[in-house]
Amino acid sequence: MSGFNVNEIRADFPILKESVNGKPLIYFDNGATSQKPRQVIERISNYYTHENSNVHRGVHYLSDQATNAYEQARNTVARYINAAHSQEVIFTKGTTDSINTVAFSVGETLKPGDEILISGMEHHSNIVPWQMLCERKGTILKVIPVTPEGTLDLEAFDTLLSERTKLLSIIHISNTLGTINPVEQLIQKAHQVGAKVLLDAAQSIQHLPIDVQHLDCDFLAFSGHKVFGPTGIGILYGKKDLLDSLPPYQGGGDMIEQVSFEKTTYNGLPLKFEAGTPNISGAIALGAAFNYLSSLDLQGAFQHEHTLGTYLRARMREIPTIRFIGEAPETCSTLSFLIGELHPFDLGTLLDKQGIAVRTGHHCTQPLMKQFNIPGTVRASLAFYNTTEEIDQFVVALERSIHLLS
Amino acid sequence: MSKSINQIQDEIIEEFAMFDDWMEKYEYIIDLGKELPLIADVKKTEDRLIHGCQSRVWVASEMLDKHLVFTADSDAIITKGIISLLIRVLSNQTPEDIVKSELYFIGKIGLQEHLSPTRANGLVGMINRLKSDGLKQLTS
Repeated sequence: MSGFNVNEIRADFPILKESVNGKPLIYFDNGATSQKPRQVIERISNYYTHENSNVHRGVHYLSDQATNAYEQARNTVARYINAAHSQEVIFTKGTTDSINTVAFSVGETLKPGDEILISGMEHHSNIVPWQMLCERKGTILKVIPVTPEGTLDLEAFDTLLSERTKLLSIIHISNTLGTINPVEQLIQKAHQVGAKVLLDAAQSIQHLPIDVQHLDCDFLAFSGHKVFGPTGIGILYGKKDLLDSLPPYQGGGDMIEQVSFEKTTYNGLPLKFEAGTPNISGAIALGAAFNYLSSLDLQGAFQHEHTLGTYLRARMREIPTIRFIGEAPETCSTLSFLIGELHPFDLGTLLDKQGIAVRTGHHCTQPLMKQFNIPGTVRASLAFYNTTEEIDQFVVALERSIHLLS
Repeated sequence: MSKSINQIQDEIIEEFAMFDDWMEKYEYIIDLGKELPLIADVKKTEDRLIHGCQSRVWVASEMLDKHLVFTADSDAIITKGIISLLIRVLSNQTPEDIVKSELYFIGKIGLQEHLSPTRANGLVGMINRLKSDGLKQLTS
């Protein structure tokens, strides 16, 4: 804990030294995926060089090593999010897989007419699994509207929430708008009517401290690759009693206790929800990502991000004809914007030519784009390894792009 | 006699060789893109729309004296600029020549990134559409 120093942090991320189109890379697409510190990259290499073996199976040395490392990673994640038990932490493929697991397993316990509540700012991955469930089970999907400034309509939420609501599945931080939703309040209210809550933390786990016991969410989902870990690994947290009571999602190896053609019994937590050989190296490297985060002055890192977000918004307001998509009072360092009539694709292409990576398009939130009546946005999403100098260069590159296109 | 597809491609490659850096190149593409719509608004119908992920592209074609004539448009200026180059190459050619053409100029002028599937800007879809319109004429 020697205080947060962004230059020291940048040295941990080898890719930040890359050049793109002859310019030093400025990576402002952290909402899509984060870059990886060498601690994570080396952990993967070390696993395949020294420990590779299948988990929970062999009696031999390597299998023991791999199993220990895999279970250690589970403990690391559990500690980071302050889960009460490490069995509450399930390794999945990512946020999408985590949400689909809940949609299936909770879905099996629902009846026609039961309601699922989501919001108008959800990512497609927190919309489509529920629509599929509703088609399968006759449940009803309700949607909390989004206000023009990009916050949840809390009055409408109060009206929509009822004893018919069985599950509230809600995004913590909007990937498109950067809005931080008042989830503690939502969770509390949902519990008052007996609904369970799934929190989509894909965009919050890397920006805010997450304490599942304090939040009191019933489920939490996020992806490893957005929190400095590898792709193809994610987490589903669920309260132990709840997970115990649910049927498994997929069948296969590892998730069973006894298999016979007459009757198969399932394994206990967490393996009940981890059918088949898991992404062992991914899980271990995700553990390394959280160990890396824990080694930092995290409060300092998050404070730096907050400073960056404020500075970005202030600098961007100087640009004539700029329009922020999402002006919530509580936002993270993610900013969606449009400039005059310019197409996001054109801006993104010219920024890329100047070495700057941003995301353009609908960000997998088409209903939200429809509400704002826009085809897409340009999105700059920052991480704690970004700098104010990069923001200055970004603004210069953006002004140059606008000049070319106007 | 009108120019062949490859003659036009070589012409474009020569024009682009004059540009020193990406700025000049894109300025030129953007200028092409800012020109008047290349397709009548009434023809911007759903069946003429090529669904790219980000920018929308419309393409129409009609046979005129054994040659296929293309018009097209896009809501993104850079896509539109590249489209106008494509139209310059492929429009007013015979369906046979269009179908068997090999579009090497895009790579040669350094725009190959616009053909990558991740750009998803409708350009690949547009080339496929131009060629399939040619093929339709051949098989009808």
